[in-house]
Amino acid sequence: MQAGQDSLDKVVCETTVEIKNTDGLHMRPAMQFVDVANQFDCDITVSNGENVVDGKSIMQMTMLAATCGTKLMIKAEGADAQNAINALQELVEKKHFDEPTPDKKKEP
Amino acid sequence: MKFTDFVCFEATIPELQAKDRDGAITELVNSLDKAGKLKRGSREDVIKTVIERENQATTGMGKGVAVPHVKHPAVKDVVAAIGLSSTGIDFSSLDKQLVYSVVLLISPADNPDRHLQAMESIFRRLQQEKFRKFLRQSRSSEQIEDLFREVDENPAL
Repeated sequence: MQAGQDSLDKVVCETTVEIKNTDGLHMRPAMQFVDVANQFDCDITVSNGENVVDGKSIMQMTMLAATCGTKLMIKAEGADAQNAINALQELVEKKHFDEPTPDKKKEP
Repeated sequence: MKFTDFVCFEATIPELQAKDRDGAITELVNSLDKAGKLKRGSREDVIKTVIERENQATTGMGKGVAVPHVKHPAVKDVVAAIGLSSTGIDFSSLDKQLVYSVVLLISPADNPDRHLQAMESIFRRLQQEKFRKFLRQSRSSEQIEDLFREVDENPAL
């Protein structure tokens, strides 16, 4: 019964990511974030500790003004929450929006 | 960041003459240049790079507003100019709607954090339906300046 409830009820996943690219979460990265978030059905909110915004809204995401080094809490609620969190974490921390990071500049 | 810290009210255009995107950008950049906000001789390159940026991805975020922007060495600090169009301009916005309020933002090339702070100030307000309505209904540079000063003084509004 409990396992069944878990799979039917709202799945909630949370993670904290750090912005790694030098220019931070400006409009183009914010757009990428929103594009990825919108591939999922779950609700996604993002918080910088001060504001909680809709991770699927470009205007709200730009409002976070997340500079390089800023930590953001991503919360997903819905059946595909875990997949959404994984995809967003990869975009922010592994791909860093396909933009240069402060360390990367030193590499050949 | 307060709007009065970076919006050049001298460069406000309460009724854009341009009917298209590139024309509106050109008008606003020219206005900033006339107000002495751009490094001498950089005007044309600023226009070119803002349009190039816009071609990569629209800054028409929907709900009748667009925020064309670029990082450019023509400025030492962020500077913005406001332009309104009563007929509406096609920015190929995300929601396919015409744009009635344009905020042009030029940021220095070497200070990404400052750029983000200015964007945050702009979007915090543009997100508010009431603010968008007041902005769109403004008919003079003075009205626009009053609106921005009012929200600067009342962050809770």
